[in-house]
Amino acid sequence: MSRHAELGLTDAEYERIVALMARAPNEVELAIFSLMWSEHCGYKHSRKLLRTLPTEGPRVVMGPGENAGAVDVGNGLACAFKVESHNHPSAVEPFQGAATGVGGILRDVFAVGARPIAILDSLRFGEPGTSPRSRYLLDRTVAGIGHYGNSIGVATVGGEIYFESAYEQNCLVNAMCLGLIETEKLIRSAAAGVGNVVVLFGARTGRDGIGGASVLASAELGGEGASRRPTVQIGDPFEEAKLLECSLELLDRELLVALQDLGAAGLTSASAEMAAKGEVGLDLDVAKVPLRAAGMEPFEIMISESQERMLCVVAPERVEAVLAVCEKWEVNATAIGVVTGSRRLRVLVGDRVVGDLPVPALVDECPAYDLAPAPPAMSPYAAPPRVLADGAAPQETLLALLGSANLASRRPVFEQYDCLVGSRTARRPEQADAAVLMLDADGGRRPALAVSIDGNGRRVACDPYRGAVEAVLECSANLACVGAEPLGLTNCLNFGNPEKPHIAWQLTRAVAGLGDACRALGVPVVGGNVSLYNEGGGGPIHPTPVVGMVGELPDAARAGRLGFAQAGDTVALIAARGWAPSLTGSELAKLRGAAPEGDLPAADLGELRAVHAAVRQAVRSGALRSAHDVAEGGLAVALAECCVAGGLGAEVTVDPAEATLFGEGPGAFVVSGPRGTFAAFGAAATIVGIVGGDELAIAGALSLPLGELTRVHADGLATLLA
Amino acid sequence: MKFGVIQFPGSCDERDALHAASLVGDAVLLWHRDHDLQGVDAVIVPGGFSYGDYLRAGALARFSPLMGEVERFARHGGLVLGICNGFQVLCEAALLPGALLPNTSLRFVCRQVELDVVNADTKWTGACERGDRLSIPAKHQTGRYWAPDPVLDELEANGQVVLRYATGNGFNGSARDIAGVSNRAGNVVGLMPHPEHAVDPLTGSADGLRLFESAALIAAHPTDFTEPTSPSRLRRPAQASAGTGAGGHR
Repeated sequence: MSRHAELGLTDAEYERIVALMARAPNEVELAIFSLMWSEHCGYKHSRKLLRTLPTEGPRVVMGPGENAGAVDVGNGLACAFKVESHNHPSAVEPFQGAATGVGGILRDVFAVGARPIAILDSLRFGEPGTSPRSRYLLDRTVAGIGHYGNSIGVATVGGEIYFESAYEQNCLVNAMCLGLIETEKLIRSAAAGVGNVVVLFGARTGRDGIGGASVLASAELGGEGASRRPTVQIGDPFEEAKLLECSLELLDRELLVALQDLGAAGLTSASAEMAAKGEVGLDLDVAKVPLRAAGMEPFEIMISESQERMLCVVAPERVEAVLAVCEKWEVNATAIGVVTGSRRLRVLVGDRVVGDLPVPALVDECPAYDLAPAPPAMSPYAAPPRVLADGAAPQETLLALLGSANLASRRPVFEQYDCLVGSRTARRPEQADAAVLMLDADGGRRPALAVSIDGNGRRVACDPYRGAVEAVLECSANLACVGAEPLGLTNCLNFGNPEKPHIAWQLTRAVAGLGDACRALGVPVVGGNVSLYNEGGGGPIHPTPVVGMVGELPDAARAGRLGFAQAGDTVALIAARGWAPSLTGSELAKLRGAAPEGDLPAADLGELRAVHAAVRQAVRSGALRSAHDVAEGGLAVALAECCVAGGLGAEVTVDPAEATLFGEGPGAFVVSGPRGTFAAFGAAATIVGIVGGDELAIAGALSLPLGELTRVHADGLATLLA
Repeated sequence: MKFGVIQFPGSCDERDALHAASLVGDAVLLWHRDHDLQGVDAVIVPGGFSYGDYLRAGALARFSPLMGEVERFARHGGLVLGICNGFQVLCEAALLPGALLPNTSLRFVCRQVELDVVNADTKWTGACERGDRLSIPAKHQTGRYWAPDPVLDELEANGQVVLRYATGNGFNGSARDIAGVSNRAGNVVGLMPHPEHAVDPLTGSADGLRLFESAALIAAHPTDFTEPTSPSRLRRPAQASAGTGAGGHR
């Protein structure tokens, strides 16, 4: 195997590099090219598709391309946010993989100057009931997320977890972070000012994470997990806590020209990106980089993915002040280079040049491939084992759903996360459909942000276009239930190998769905991440676009809750005219052993936007005492969740047909409040029952004691983790 | 009333404590490497993971220069509150008896808990009544309070057990459900739950404010800080005369 092939470059790509360099690259240069032109850094198979997403809106203050996107949240503040994957590292070493996933997304947010205020996580594993490995991955991933987030003092306020056998060998770990900053203080990563000094600060550079981006993240997972552990980085949240405070103090004192975190591909990617954006060159002396391992080669220093490091550009007269701030926080800082006017990235060891690369070739000339999409002749996904008979009574069905790994209470997981630090959390996990984070008081009111992260791979596997539309709708619906209006979203596209036509088709259709839903709802995409090649020996993962959406609400005191709140309240179903729940792709279909196949119900996006707005307005007005969207498991599960969360029963009359009770499809909410509250909804509201008692009774279908619902919901995941 | 909140590298809840204290008085951040308490009337050692909890929770922060000043301040009757990691630091510094061990579950747990006020005569619980029930969140992995049984007996006899997890609320395996203790004089209190995260009904509860109000109450009725071990004078005299002072079991 040739050297470039070992590094993940095709022959054609290698020839292109030789042409751009006008000579053969040496070892250092080839290593740098292989990383910059990897899927992970270069988005070779997704760049053209991503350009189709809407990225502009009146509240966008920083769009895609920076470390994180940002939206205006009023009072001169911006919220910077982004979601990123750390799938393959977590599959190889879940604790450190997940921990460093959190560390990486935190750095992306404070690299734009924002103080991180919240973390959310979107996780996918194989079936925990039958797979000890999936239980192990879940247990260690959760421990890793908690270890990093708790230790650094950023609240983990929400997330989602689903279990499907398609993720057995290739779990997904996506982490999202939100931060706050005064809008005028947002800092970009473009290097500028010829003669300015490049300072590396943070942890020392070691051999951990060598080749993570190219070898691990940009290829399918094979059976060599243990041998790939050295490609996984090791996280140190204490180092990052210091780095965070140090970075924010440097920015607060206006000592920096530009700031960039070191993530995938380490110094290579950080320096090339900074130089490319600033249309300048950089000279870096790797002999000056503080090392944690002796005898590291120049190429190793350039590609190391050691965590907790940042790169900044500083005017020469401010270097001393920068080093003093770093010393205060006990953070290593070293001037390792200068900005040049050459548009070349030069790697030096003292005076000796060991690499000399044209920056535009590294970044702008990275190939962008057209996909060759083709729908599969047959579904690549096997049917799950049947665990529930077709003839099961509605009562039995509801209990099976409520206790299933996908729908049971997430308390055993989220209790391992600090959801409070920062004193902003007005809605914690399981209190509402979205997390609510207060901003500073504005007069007598407490304006707040709401955030939700969602994506249902099984439904995208059925129907990539409509499944992706639903991911956006689900976030918007969750925000509506707390009274929040969407401001922007970030997405993480987790797919299989895009060189395969059916994966290319999934990716193409899903991105089209995302784009259409964003345009219809008026929600711009401000950033995101793509994770391809998510395949193990068992085939591809379910196509999993994960959407993280941020919204605003005027008054945290009126943020919605999901649980029924008061006996005697009226229960209403708010449904779009086009609401047509079906069993296709549903949790019930899964329990019955159905493969993820078939068309999902169509969504009238214009009507749904209006329904979401009506729910949002009703919550904001304070008229409703609870609001919960009907999602996985359908209407019966939504009603049960309202009962369990509120500790109150309900008596309800709805169409007892199976598809109405357990079918899934966007466009419905369960709300409660005093009678007469629902007039504003017009025809969308149907009064279906009354809150109270100690059982959930659905006329003609089922009647279950609240205690049993609560126990089954609480135990479903807890017993698997015990 | 001026509160000082210490910031160590790795502190997490220092801004929350600063905010909570500022609701009842003035509040400033104190940098751990300084030698100056800036004339504060009360010191809060906040929660978090000072020095990454490396070696042992609280074991390194206890050697920060400012902690020397805090020890002198405490021994002269100054008001000191340790929250979570701050409690661990105060135990390491022998300003409080006992130690915090890993939770029996060996997992981090974040949960709203109910606490019973056992002693309302310390400087940090004077605004409460004995038997009050406080709803305050706890979040930690190393919060199992431990001391040898004879020491626990003495603490109980001396009224140094300040807060207990209400029945069914203990989750970490603490000896005798102890959530917070004081030194013999009652001017130094440590607890694992986070009163600074319970100062606003919008975040779940405002019960934690009572601890900060208690300290502010002292400032309004200042006690004599010259007697190193003067018992609380706020409501009634200390119940017992014999027993263990701060860290006496070591």
